[in-house]
Amino acid sequence: MDNIISLKGINKIYGSEIKTQVLTDVNLDIANQSFTSIIGASGSGKSTLLNIIGTLDRPTSGSVIINGTQTTRMTRSALARLRNETIGFVFQFHYLLPEFTALENVLMPARIRDGRVTPEAMERARELMRLMGIERVQNNNAAKMSGGQQQRTSIARALINNPRIVLADEPTGNLDSDSTEVVYDILRDINERFKTTFLIITHDRRIAQKADRIIEIRDGRIFLDLPNQLAKNIGEQSA
Amino acid sequence: MKTALKIAWRFLTASKGQSLLIAIGIAVGVSVQVFIGSLIGGLQVELVDNAIGRNTQITITARDRGDYVENYQEVAGTLEEAGLGVKRVSPVLDASGFLRVGQDDYPIQLRGFASSNADSIYRLTEALVSGALPESGQVALGINLAQEAGIEAMDTVTLATPRGNTRDVSVSGIYDLKTAALNSRWVLTDIALVQAAFGYGDVASAIEMQAEDPFQADQIAVEMAGLLPQSLKVDDWKAQNEQLLSGLNGQSVSSLMIQVFVLVSVVLAIASVLAISVMQKSKQLGILKAMGIRDGSASVIFLAEGFLLGIAGAILGVALGLGLTYAFTRFALNPDGTPVVALLVDPQFIAISALVAVLSATLASLIPARRSARLDPMEVIKNG
Ligand SMILES: Nc1ncnc2c1ncn2[C@@H]1O[C@H](COP(=O)(O)OP(=O)(O)OP(=O)(O)O)[C@@H](O)[C@H]1O
Ligand SMILES: [Mg+2]
Repeated sequence: MDNIISLKGINKIYGSEIKTQVLTDVNLDIANQSFTSIIGASGSGKSTLLNIIGTLDRPTSGSVIINGTQTTRMTRSALARLRNETIGFVFQFHYLLPEFTALENVLMPARIRDGRVTPEAMERARELMRLMGIERVQNNNAAKMSGGQQQRTSIARALINNPRIVLADEPTGNLDSDSTEVVYDILRDINERFKTTFLIITHDRRIAQKADRIIEIRDGRIFLDLPNQLAKNIGEQSA
Repeated sequence: MKTALKIAWRFLTASKGQSLLIAIGIAVGVSVQVFIGSLIGGLQVELVDNAIGRNTQITITARDRGDYVENYQEVAGTLEEAGLGVKRVSPVLDASGFLRVGQDDYPIQLRGFASSNADSIYRLTEALVSGALPESGQVALGINLAQEAGIEAMDTVTLATPRGNTRDVSVSGIYDLKTAALNSRWVLTDIALVQAAFGYGDVASAIEMQAEDPFQADQIAVEMAGLLPQSLKVDDWKAQNEQLLSGLNGQSVSSLMIQVFVLVSVVLAIASVLAISVMQKSKQLGILKAMGIRDGSASVIFLAEGFLLGIAGAILGVALGLGLTYAFTRFALNPDGTPVVALLVDPQFIAISALVAVLSATLASLIPARRSARLDPMEVIKNG
């Protein structure tokens, strides 16, 4: 199977006076269409890793290859296009635009891509918001929704351009355990239907079990990398 | 591009109070500009009208002192047809003499006009305070002379030449040209009377006229001199009124200075407020960049904000400036009810002021636009 993400010898050092090495020699290949979860203690470097994969942050050394392209040498505008069309982000602190409604937030990546809101994008946005159970609040101002609603909105936003990769940083941190399960089932469903590759950071080991593969980060290194047979088996049984 | 505009519009409408404040700031600048411009424009028009509008602007005389313009009718005819941009061509024969009243002689300048154009140049009809303009064989006196000599309209007076010839004429009316020197010296009549009384042939001493555009008078004069025989010379008001000209220039320059300073303060105000706005919106910009908005579009957001604020400020400012101008002409009045200064509302000047405001607002947003282009999403997307 081909790799849609490939990290080679990634190091990340913050600070120039007092140096903090956050990531140390990370090598990681993520298969196309896979569903991977990343776990690890707080401060272990999960978000840093995800931001480097998403080309938001640059590694101190090492290379990031997305979709077969070496990203370290791409121009800012090429990276912007890559992020817009190939990658969907769900940030740890959801980050919606407070000047816009939930629906407008969901539509923003499509608007950036097309320069306008196409009827197809509008239809997809409504569909995603219904899937996420937030169609009732679609015209609410983004800043005036509950934490859980904001999180669902930012998941819908990550999916609007039907990206090949979704990078999600604790996408269900604000949801109760029932809602969390529902959202994960939806993400798995999208993973299968649209062949989207998912890379999800979670604190919740129970949720991590639902992935094809579990990666544990400890002190900026890959500590554990397990193919999750159990999840696979369950997937095959139900199919 | 459209996306950037949409975002700019939403940013502006989301913080209405702040946007309104910036727009009002621009509007105040524009309104001051419109008002000062109209005021100084009006002052200039009034000054020009008073100083040169009621006077000859181009004057043809014989080159040699003491000579006369012989074929003045012919010369006047050619000038009117030459298409030089002159109007109210008026030949005149001037002669110095005396007005004899009883035992007293008053020195006068007898001005014999050959055409009713003189009335238009000096606005004589307007200047009449009693009686009428002189018919053939009559004279009109200035108000100062008339009062000094105790003469009224319809009286008969005696004209005396330096050689001692005298002639009785009737006074058709009294005028007031608002200048004491003229009111006490000029005695207006027709050219034939002066020619006869002083024993001249059919000659004029000068041909006076005005220019369609008074400020072109010097160029017209040069052109005219080329068409006329060597024996005649052409003078224009500009050559003879350097002080007035430099006064007018000074006004224009000070008006320009005021406008430049207003402009600079508007630009600085917009630039600083928009710079703060970029800081306020840096989280949003970081999110947009993470979602793949181009650096170019990110800067267009702030250029568009500057442009839209400029337009709003310009419209508001022109309205405010015109309102101020109107209020001034309504409430700043002379005792007789006329405005202290008749303001000149020049649509072209107003359009330029508005355009300059829009341009400078857009220009001012260049700095925040550059900052927004350079913003790195990682400055905003902080990890937990
Ligand atoms: N800009 C920065 N400058 C310096 N150190 C940083 C910076 N960003 C992150 N770090 C440090 O890097 C380490 C890893 O941070 P990171 O956000 O990746 O952790 P995490 O695994 O996502 O934690 P959490 O589970 O709490 O979200 C932390 O020790 C953090 O303090
Ligand atoms: Mg984190």
